[in-house]
Amino acid sequence: MLEVRNLHARVEGQEILKGINLTVNAGEVHSIMGPNGSGKSTLANVLAGNEAYEVTGGEVCMDGKDLLDMSADVRACEGVFLAFQYPVEIPGVTTSYFLKAALNARRKHRGQEELDAMDFLKIVKEKAKLVDLDARLLNRAINEGFSGGEKKRNEIFQMAVLEPTLAILDETDSGLDIDALKIVAGGVNKLRSKDRAVIVVTHYQRLLDYIVPDFVHVLVDGRIAKSGGKELALELENKGYSWVADHSAETATSA
Amino acid sequence: MLATTQETNAYDTHHNALTGDGVRGNPDWLCSIRKAAFARFNELGFPTTRHEEWQYTNVAPIAREQFRIGVAGIVPTADELSTFSLEEDCAARLVFIDGRFSTVHSAVASLPDGVTVCSLAEAIVTDGSPVASFLAKHATYEDQAFTALNTALLEDGAFVHVRKGTVLERPIHLLYWSTAPEELAASLPRNLIVAEESSQLTVVETYAGANGSSYFTNTVTELIAQDNAVVDHYKINREGDRAQHIGHLQVHQTRDSNVTAHAMTFGGSLVRNDIGTVLDGEGGECTFNGLYMLKGSQHVDNHLLVDHAKPRCDSREIFKGILDDSSRGVFTGRIIVRKDAQKTDGKQTNQNLLLSDDAKADSKPQLEIFADDVKCTHGATIGQVDSDAMFYLQSRGLCKEAARNLLVYAFASDCVSRVRIDSLRSQIETLLFDRLLEGQRPGEAT
Ligand SMILES: Nc1ncnc2c1ncn2[C@@H]1O[C@H](COP(=O)(O)OP(=O)(O)OP(=O)(O)O)[C@@H](O)[C@H]1O
Ligand SMILES: [Mg+2]
Repeated sequence: MLEVRNLHARVEGQEILKGINLTVNAGEVHSIMGPNGSGKSTLANVLAGNEAYEVTGGEVCMDGKDLLDMSADVRACEGVFLAFQYPVEIPGVTTSYFLKAALNARRKHRGQEELDAMDFLKIVKEKAKLVDLDARLLNRAINEGFSGGEKKRNEIFQMAVLEPTLAILDETDSGLDIDALKIVAGGVNKLRSKDRAVIVVTHYQRLLDYIVPDFVHVLVDGRIAKSGGKELALELENKGYSWVADHSAETATSA
Repeated sequence: MLATTQETNAYDTHHNALTGDGVRGNPDWLCSIRKAAFARFNELGFPTTRHEEWQYTNVAPIAREQFRIGVAGIVPTADELSTFSLEEDCAARLVFIDGRFSTVHSAVASLPDGVTVCSLAEAIVTDGSPVASFLAKHATYEDQAFTALNTALLEDGAFVHVRKGTVLERPIHLLYWSTAPEELAASLPRNLIVAEESSQLTVVETYAGANGSSYFTNTVTELIAQDNAVVDHYKINREGDRAQHIGHLQVHQTRDSNVTAHAMTFGGSLVRNDIGTVLDGEGGECTFNGLYMLKGSQHVDNHLLVDHAKPRCDSREIFKGILDDSSRGVFTGRIIVRKDAQKTDGKQTNQNLLLSDDAKADSKPQLEIFADDVKCTHGATIGQVDSDAMFYLQSRGLCKEAARNLLVYAFASDCVSRVRIDSLRSQIETLLFDRLLEGQRPGEAT
């Protein structure tokens, strides 16, 4: 589904991604871990099409289409979704208004008819329940005055409504209590299917108890230093990132 | 026709005609007001950018032209005017064509006891009218040339008088239409609104006109809110694209009165709104809410003066500007807190959103505080559409234009939501959206 080849990217003139290779097949869940500042969010943003990040080399294909050639909104319409590490507060725009616009933009892109208010409301109610989000929050300005947990659940809620084919979750688990974590994980697991793929960026192995990944990648200094199965997450938990960093020289030369 | 006597100033001619002996509508009290104002206008002359109060706004295009009073173009049809009217049941709708009351376009439903709504010209010649005791008492013109000119030439406009304890729920709509004939035309509406003790009313002033040729509107409204009166005032500027509009709203408030005035500017090429109040009684409250959405080379200057003369009054000013192309928005917020005005609470905010690199905003707070126990804050921002918010919306599937439009709309939304007349609020929303879609560059459309 997703093919990332030798991806390089810069932020404000500084090279952050230094050659990422990653293949994600439909039906798989990949976890990306790594120390602070290693480039995890940069990768997530580049995949979602944030123009603040400049791609300086490499390729990204989704279902055979060149993703880098598309603007963020077209990628979204093609099925990419990013749950933000730091969801943005937007005063004056309610979540429900904007989500309806987003959902209809996608439907239009696919040649489907736009949803009317009633159908939309039905979907919204059902999905809000799924993530245990107070539906009243949806009539408030996007994320404005939301608690950290509410913001993260709002991301998962939007994901549930938009039903992406490739969902990228950037530290959606950080700072959540165990109940909220279970809700978030439940939302993701519900989305899992043979036609979809999920990339979970996280710091903590804890989330992976609830969302069991097929693959774990460790990102160090803009490169994937190590890849493995779900047991790699446990090993990291025990040995720390320095253990991978020490090995990364070998991995790099063997690549 | 050759105009050989162009050298004679049009304002002179008109003033002389108004104040001549035996002219109807020229009672002695008014004659002396007009004459004193004209003398002052001639002393002052039009301001230049050397005046501190006019530093950012050059009125040379008005000063150098000979605008004529009483020349008219094509009178609009009822249909043309209907896009400017309110859908609500209005207590009265007064239409002024080129500054003069138009009976055929106007409609005054049966008004409750204690409410007078008529043209100022009529009020002036009505025996026993209270006009003489209020007119030109508060819109002082010592330093305001345009107000002096308006006073010197005042003739018609709206007179609204609500007696003690009378509550008028339905709005009064005043619509000023300029026909914009090819020869340069001026209109000088003069309005007087008096809300007596514990009365309540809502007045909407809409200024509009034909596009294509230059005209000059010089309008003055005096609003007197007596003890415990509650007044909502709206000024919607939808002037023609080549209009020069200079307006002055002067409010006078006494004890426990509450005035909210909205100034929404969309039209005109050169616009100045002087908005002032004197909080002249304890417990008074005023809210000035403003929005200006500009394109092309529009220049709009909002100039506020809140004079806290007595203790325990609250003032709120929230003005927002959305500036596209090479337009320019100016905001000056002067707050004076007099020595007596302890426990004053004043808050002023001006925020500007620049949609183009060539747009420019100036924001100037001026706090003059002579009392010691006061709370006065001001804040100003000038910025672009937030790129993080843009990406957030786009990452969900909204195209660039839709995302931008939504954010611009959101920026203005609190100003719009404060409009309490439903059809007026949706009118403003429509104006906002139309302007946004208009601004959409070719190729970016979806
Ligand atoms: N918008 C930006 N402007 C400037 N520098 C940035 C920006 N975004 C990221 N960086 C820099 O790029 C590097 C990688 O940041 P990134 O956010 O991708 O790391 P991360 O792995 O997600 O870290 P964390 O675990 O803290 O979320 C850091 O040095 C960071 O300071
Ligand atoms: Mg990050």
